[in-house]
Amino acid sequence: MLTHLGIWFFFGYVIHMFVVPLNKIVIPILGFPLGFYMAAQGSLIVFVVMLFVFARQQNRIDREHGYAEED
Amino acid sequence: MATQTTTSSADAFYKQLGRMYGTYTGGFLAFIVFLALLEQVGVPNKVLGYFFVFFTLAVYAIIGVATRTAQISEYYVAGRRVPAFYNGMATGADWMSAASFVGMAGTLFLLGYDGLAWVLGWTGGFVLVSILVGPYLRKFGAYTVPDFLSFRFGGNTARFLGVIVLVCCSFTYVTAQIYGTGLIASRFLGMQFEIAVFAGLVGILLCAMLGGMRAVTWTQIAQYIVLIVAYLVPIVILSTKWYGIPIPELTYGKALSEIAARESQLIKDGLAILCTKDACPPGTLRPHIQPFMNYTPLNFFGIIFCMMVGTASLPHILMRYFTTPSVKEARDSVAWSLLFIFLLYFSAPAYAAFSKLEVYTNIIGRDLNMIRPWLFQWGELGLIQICGKNAANLQAVLEACKAIPNHPGVLRFQDFVINTDVIVLSTPEIAGLPYVISGLVAAGGLAAALSTADGLLLAIANALSHDVYYKMLDPNAPTIRRLTVARVLLFFVACASAALAATKPADILAMVGWAFSLAMAGNFPAIVLGIWWKRATTTGAICGIIAGWTICLFYLVTSRYFPQAGVTYFGMSSLLNPETGKALVNVAQVLADPKWLADVPASATNPLANRVGWFDLNNINCGLLGMPLGFLVIYVVSLLGKEPSREMQAYIDEIRKPRGRTILEEKT
Repeated sequence: MLTHLGIWFFFGYVIHMFVVPLNKIVIPILGFPLGFYMAAQGSLIVFVVMLFVFARQQNRIDREHGYAEED
Repeated sequence: MATQTTTSSADAFYKQLGRMYGTYTGGFLAFIVFLALLEQVGVPNKVLGYFFVFFTLAVYAIIGVATRTAQISEYYVAGRRVPAFYNGMATGADWMSAASFVGMAGTLFLLGYDGLAWVLGWTGGFVLVSILVGPYLRKFGAYTVPDFLSFRFGGNTARFLGVIVLVCCSFTYVTAQIYGTGLIASRFLGMQFEIAVFAGLVGILLCAMLGGMRAVTWTQIAQYIVLIVAYLVPIVILSTKWYGIPIPELTYGKALSEIAARESQLIKDGLAILCTKDACPPGTLRPHIQPFMNYTPLNFFGIIFCMMVGTASLPHILMRYFTTPSVKEARDSVAWSLLFIFLLYFSAPAYAAFSKLEVYTNIIGRDLNMIRPWLFQWGELGLIQICGKNAANLQAVLEACKAIPNHPGVLRFQDFVINTDVIVLSTPEIAGLPYVISGLVAAGGLAAALSTADGLLLAIANALSHDVYYKMLDPNAPTIRRLTVARVLLFFVACASAALAATKPADILAMVGWAFSLAMAGNFPAIVLGIWWKRATTTGAICGIIAGWTICLFYLVTSRYFPQAGVTYFGMSSLLNPETGKALVNVAQVLADPKWLADVPASATNPLANRVGWFDLNNINCGLLGMPLGFLVIYVVSLLGKEPSREMQAYIDEIRKPRGRTILEEKT
């Protein structure tokens, strides 16, 4: 859980503090400046993937410790 | 036997969901094609607009009526049987309001990179919902958020505070939605704005009044489908038009570099003035991808943080996770919600980029006599200004520009002021797409505003009827009377917010931002500590909610409506221009002017309104003051008091385990 909050904090805040240097890098072919891309799409993709992973992990932990709902 | 029949027929119902909504989507697409054909045969635009608005409204109303219910648990939490996937979709519609659909791309258009604070804040928040709040509240088994507060922090004081916070932030939020529906109705149905606001209200009430949570859930899914189709179609067309690839999220990188090229060209041609460190007044050009030109870093990250935490504290969102069949499903459902929301949010910057490209191509630099007529329809509403005057017709524009000395006779960047809420709705027209696309976008915006307004009004009505009336005033009230009370209250609340919306208090995004900050300051510390810290006590929570929420509301109201008092008595000063670091307004000069000094409560045109504050903090971020204070007060006061009872601590352990019964069992 703390790992997930850590990832959240990194992609939610830390990476955007470096937007100016990151903007100097331009993603090839697509033409996005990297700093802009991270805020517009990169972080969002990370959040979505993270939530699915979190749900799976947490459900597994619940099952292993015998706390999962019986159904 | 009777229960068994209902269960099996319900199972059949849930099995058919996929097919039902599949057919529905197909039907909607066919409907668009049909209208496109009508346009080709020459049916007038106004009729097409009517078709779109009334057809979609009729569909929502039919779903609403068909799934109406008078059973308590169906009414409040849709019987707790909504599968994760569909609940995700309904939450998506509940979540994506007029602010996301109409306001956000417009803000991205105007602010460029800085607007991404909203995109980030509104997606990252779901991480907090899933990890810290949602599943635990589901396990707890409440009908409303104040239910939880009342149980955890023993008694009706906490419940009542929860209701106040809920009503206050939902009311601000719903006002923004009704404003949005009014905007769309007035433009596409040609009504007067004030009347259109109330027309929008009728549409909203139709869905929320009858069926409670159950009806709202199934309509919201239908609305999600409409809004996502409506949002993606125009940018897919634009992406294909410019780059030949129908995936706008990939191609707008090129659009961004093209925008940068146009920007420097405009400056070279003398059609725009660049915002620089020395001078950056309104009307100067701020390059699209350059960060921190509109918000200071503090306000930029403040908005991200407030929107994230606000997401995890908004009652109408948390309420949606009470409807899933289990804790596991609640967790999965948060992930699905974010996926559906993500589809729109990662397209929004593309929308902004393409419409900016179209504006630079088709509007700026055009001869004044050649301005396209669609623009005047927005000008009449006061939402597009050219040369400082409402662009109501060609004559007005020519006269206004003639009054400016040395005007070159072509439209310059600084002449053209467009309201953020207009960008999305007008992009199809700016780009010269067929009118059917405009109608589609309007229907989408309407769906977004209606779905959120439904959810919000339901949250308010539930709090008033369930928490205040049933739990506090008359615990013996029969079912029918509780539901009747809910519906009557719903009606009055909706009318009050429509009346407020008719006064156009602010743009949609700002109103929604306030709602988030208020929710965050009032609810977040109490909910999180209630779940995660056994030592939190009743007195602590009550003091914390009051302290955090009051300071936030005070900051908001003072800086928006009473800036004069804020400056004179509370040591507020002007916010700073993020680029030059100088004050935005000369406070002393404004206060010396009797016209502005007497402007109490301050009107939107008052130069001080929203432009004063403490620590250079924008009032959208007032939660940033309230939340830490709330945490601190709960912590200190709790430690001063006696530990909560052993029984209560055992309950809190219980909430964290998905297995077992819900803590709070409601009799129906």
